[in-house]
Amino acid sequence: MSSTKNIAAALSIGAAVALSGSTAFAADKLVISNWDAYMPADMLEQFEAATGIEAELALHGTNEEIMGKVVAGGGRGYDVVFVTSPFAEALNELGLVAQMDHSMIPNMSNLYAEAGNLAHDPGNQFSVPYAWGTTGLCYRSDLVSEAPDSWNDLLSPSEDMAGKITMLSTDRWLLGAAFLAQGYSMNETDPAKIATARDMLISAKSTLLSYDDTTFYAKLVSGEAIMVHAWDGWCNYGIGDNADIVYVIPDEGSDLWVDTMVITSASENAEAAHAFINFVLGAENGQWVAENILYKTPNQTAMENLDPALVEQFPNLGISPADMLNMEQLRDVGETQQLYTQTVSEILAAQ
Amino acid sequence: MASPNTAHRILRGHLWLVYGFLYIPILVLMVMSLNEGGMPTAWTGFSLKWYGVLAESPEILSATVNTLIVASISTVIATVLGTMLALGVERRRRSSGLDALLFAPMIIPDIVLAIALLSFFTLLEVTLGLHSIILAHVVFNIAFVCAVVRTRLRNFDQSIVEASQDLGAGDFTTFRRITLPIIFPGVLAGALLAFTLSLDEFIIAFFTAGAGSSSTTLPMRIYSMIRFGVTPEINAMATIVMFVSFTLVFASQRINKGTITGQ
Amino acid sequence: MRSLLLILPGVGWLTTFMIVPCLIIFAYSIFKRGVYGGIVYTFTLDNFARAADSLYLGIFLTSGRIALTATVVALLVAYPAAYAISLAPREKQTRFLFLIMLPFWSNYLIRTYAWIVLLNREGLINNGLEGLGLISEPLPILYNEFAIIVGLVYNYLPFVILAIYSSLQRLNPEIREASEDLGAPAWKTFLRVTLPLTLPGVAAGAVFVFVLSIGNFITPDLLGGGRLLMVGNLIYDQFLTARDWPFGATLSMFLIMLMMGLLFAQAYAVNSTQRRSEGNG
Repeated sequence: MSSTKNIAAALSIGAAVALSGSTAFAADKLVISNWDAYMPADMLEQFEAATGIEAELALHGTNEEIMGKVVAGGGRGYDVVFVTSPFAEALNELGLVAQMDHSMIPNMSNLYAEAGNLAHDPGNQFSVPYAWGTTGLCYRSDLVSEAPDSWNDLLSPSEDMAGKITMLSTDRWLLGAAFLAQGYSMNETDPAKIATARDMLISAKSTLLSYDDTTFYAKLVSGEAIMVHAWDGWCNYGIGDNADIVYVIPDEGSDLWVDTMVITSASENAEAAHAFINFVLGAENGQWVAENILYKTPNQTAMENLDPALVEQFPNLGISPADMLNMEQLRDVGETQQLYTQTVSEILAAQ
Repeated sequence: MASPNTAHRILRGHLWLVYGFLYIPILVLMVMSLNEGGMPTAWTGFSLKWYGVLAESPEILSATVNTLIVASISTVIATVLGTMLALGVERRRRSSGLDALLFAPMIIPDIVLAIALLSFFTLLEVTLGLHSIILAHVVFNIAFVCAVVRTRLRNFDQSIVEASQDLGAGDFTTFRRITLPIIFPGVLAGALLAFTLSLDEFIIAFFTAGAGSSSTTLPMRIYSMIRFGVTPEINAMATIVMFVSFTLVFASQRINKGTITGQ
Repeated sequence: MRSLLLILPGVGWLTTFMIVPCLIIFAYSIFKRGVYGGIVYTFTLDNFARAADSLYLGIFLTSGRIALTATVVALLVAYPAAYAISLAPREKQTRFLFLIMLPFWSNYLIRTYAWIVLLNREGLINNGLEGLGLISEPLPILYNEFAIIVGLVYNYLPFVILAIYSSLQRLNPEIREASEDLGAPAWKTFLRVTLPLTLPGVAAGAVFVFVLSIGNFITPDLLGGGRLLMVGNLIYDQFLTARDWPFGATLSMFLIMLMMGLLFAQAYAVNSTQRRSEGNG
C-alpha cells in the first residue's frame, strides 16, 4: 500500500510544482526570446532598474525553431523576439508581428542612417536591427599555401586544402556561396540557376571535411580545418584564439545579414516592449555587443566609441555600414523557399 | 566445450568493455569541464573557472531543476499508465488497432508531435508551462514503458493470478503480491528508460513550454547556446549531476541492502 | 472488463494528446503552403505527388540502411551485456542497470561533442594510435556514416540492454538447468531455450534503436558532418526550414505507414518464431 501512497504523493507534489511554475509564467512580465549570450547577462536587471519593467528571458537555438513556435502558437506569451531579417520579413507577411511606433523609441537616433534603409524593411516599420555583418571565408593564413580571394577557392579548392574545408549548411548561406560564385542574386528564384548552383555544390562536397554551422571556428583553431565558410563575427572567435586566422570577403562579394528585434502582434505589453527595444538601442548595449560578441552593430554611437585596438585585432569590425549596404541582403523568397529546401536536400543526400 | 564458468567470465569481461564504451565519452566530457577556453571540442588549458561560472548561473541551476521535475513527473505518470496498458493489452486478444496506437508515439517524428501539440494547445487556449511539457513527454514515455513491460508479460502464467483470486485475494492484493514482483524488473527498466528519454528531450519541450525562464529546461538552454558556443559550464553541470546521482543511488542501496538480501 | 479499465487511462491520454493533435497536422497534407509559410486551405494532391520523388525514396532507403546497421550492432553488443547483468546476484543487478543509464543523464549535445573530441583527425583516438605507431595517417572516422553509426549505437545501446534484460530476467534458471541436465550443450540450450524466450526483449530493443535512429537529426548533422541526410533531418527541415507544413505532414505520414508496416511484420515474425519454438519444446 505504501508504494501507492508514495506515487499519489509524488503526483500531487508534482502537480503543485507544475502549476506554480505556470502561475509564475502568467504574471505580467515582458518576455524576450533570444539566443543565449547574445545580450549582456545583466541586461534585464539593468532594464528593470532603469524603467521599473520586469522582464524575463526565453531562449531559442535557431531562427527556424522560434519561427516554428511563433507560427504554431500565434506568438502567444512572447513580446520581443530576436530573429534574422528574412524571418522578420516572413513574420510580418504572416501578420504575426506588430508595427513599430517610433515615437516610443527615441534611441533610434543612435542608429546609422543606413540601418533605416534595409531592403527587408525600409524605415524600420516592423523590425529594428540589432547586429549585422557579412559572410565570407575564414582561414589559417599560416597553413594555406595561397590566400583565398574567391568563392571558387571554397567550391573548387586547391589540392592542399581538400578535405580541410567546412561550409555552412543553413540553406540560404550554402546556396549563397554558389550563387555569389556565379554572380547570381543571393535571393535567386530562377530554377535553372538554382539547379546550376546545386550541381556546383554537389561536386564541392567531395572536398569538404564537413558542413558546420556551429563549431567551425574551433576546427580552425585545432587545425582540423584550414578554411571555413563563416559569418564574420564567428570568425572573430577563432581570431581571438589564434592571430593567424584571417577573415576575407571574396572578390565576388557577400550577403548582408541583419539580426533584428520584432514585437509580436500577440503581445499585450506593446508599450513595455517598445521601452525594451529603446533600452537595447542605448549606446552602452550596442558597445557590449561589439566588445563581447565581436559583431558589428548598427549602433553608430556605440561603434564610434569602440577601442581602435579592438578593431585592429578584429579587422572585420571595421567594415563600414556603407560597404555593407553594397552587399545584397537576404530576403524571404516566398514560394521559392520550397525549392531551396528541396535543393539543399538533394545536395546533402548526394553521395 | 567451454565450462559455464569460462562462459560467465567472458560475459563479464564483455560487460566491462561495454561500460568502457559507455564511459569513455563521459570521461572526455568531465575533462572538458576543466577546459579553460570556451570551445566545446578543443583543449586550451586547465581551469576550475567553469565550476565558478556555474555557481553564479542561477538560470542553469533552475533549468536543471525544471528538467528534473518534468522527467520525474512524466516518468511516474507514464510508468503507471504504461504498466496498466501492458497488463490490459496482454490479457486481451490481439488487436492491431491497439498495437498501432502503442507503436505510434515511438514513430511519429518529434517535430510533428511538437508542432501538433502546440497548435492543439493554442486552439484550446491552454496556458503553457512546465505542465504542458509533462503532458507531452508522457505521450512517448507511455509507449516505451508499455513496450518494455510487455516483453516481461509474454509467457506470463495467468493461472497464478487466477489461483490467487480463487484463494480469495482481491485484485489489488493479487497485483501487489503476485503480479508486481514478477513484472517489477520490467517496470524498473521501463521507468529508467522513460526518465532518461525525458531528461534529454529537446524539440517537443521547446514547443510545448511556456515562454519564459520558468519553463526552460536544461536541454532547451543548452541548444540555445549552440550559436555562441556551448561553454564548459554545461559539462560541469553534467559532471555534478552524475556524481550526485551516483552517490544518491549507491548510498540508498547501502541503506536498503539489508532488506534486499533479506528477501 | 477489467482489462478495459486497465487500458482506458493510457488510451485516453494517447488519444487526447497524440491522435487528435496529429490528425489536425496530417489534415494539412491536402492543402497548400502559403507564400510565406502557413496554410492555404485549397484542396490539392500535389504534396503526395512531390513525395513520390525518387529523392525522398533514396533518403528513406539510406536512413533505413544506417538505422538497420546501428540496430544489428547494438543488439550484438547489448545481448551478452544484458545476459551478464542477469547472471549477477539479484541485489547487484539494479546497480549494474543504473550504471548503464547514468552516462545518459548528461546531455545529448555534449556527449556528441565528446565523440567529436575522440574521433576527429587530431582527436584522442587518432593521436593515440599514431603515438603507438599503429597508423601513419589519421583514420577517417568522423564526418561519415561510420561516425553516425557509432553515435547512434552509443546513445541507444542502453535502451536495448534494458529491454533485453527485462525479458532475460524472467527466465527461470531451472529451465536452463533442466536442459543442461538432459545433456544438452550450453550453446544448444541457449539457442533452443534462452534465445526464443527472450525474443520479445530483443524485438523491443531492436524497435527502440531502429525508430529512434530513423528520427534522429542531431547525430547526422554533427557526427556525420551533415554529409548524409536522414529522414529525421528531412522532416525537420520541411517543417522548420521550408515552413512547408503540408509537405512535412505528407512525408511524416509516409514514414509512419512504412514504419507501422515494418513493426507489424516484425511483431508477426517474433510471434510465429516463438510459437514454433514452443511447439518444438
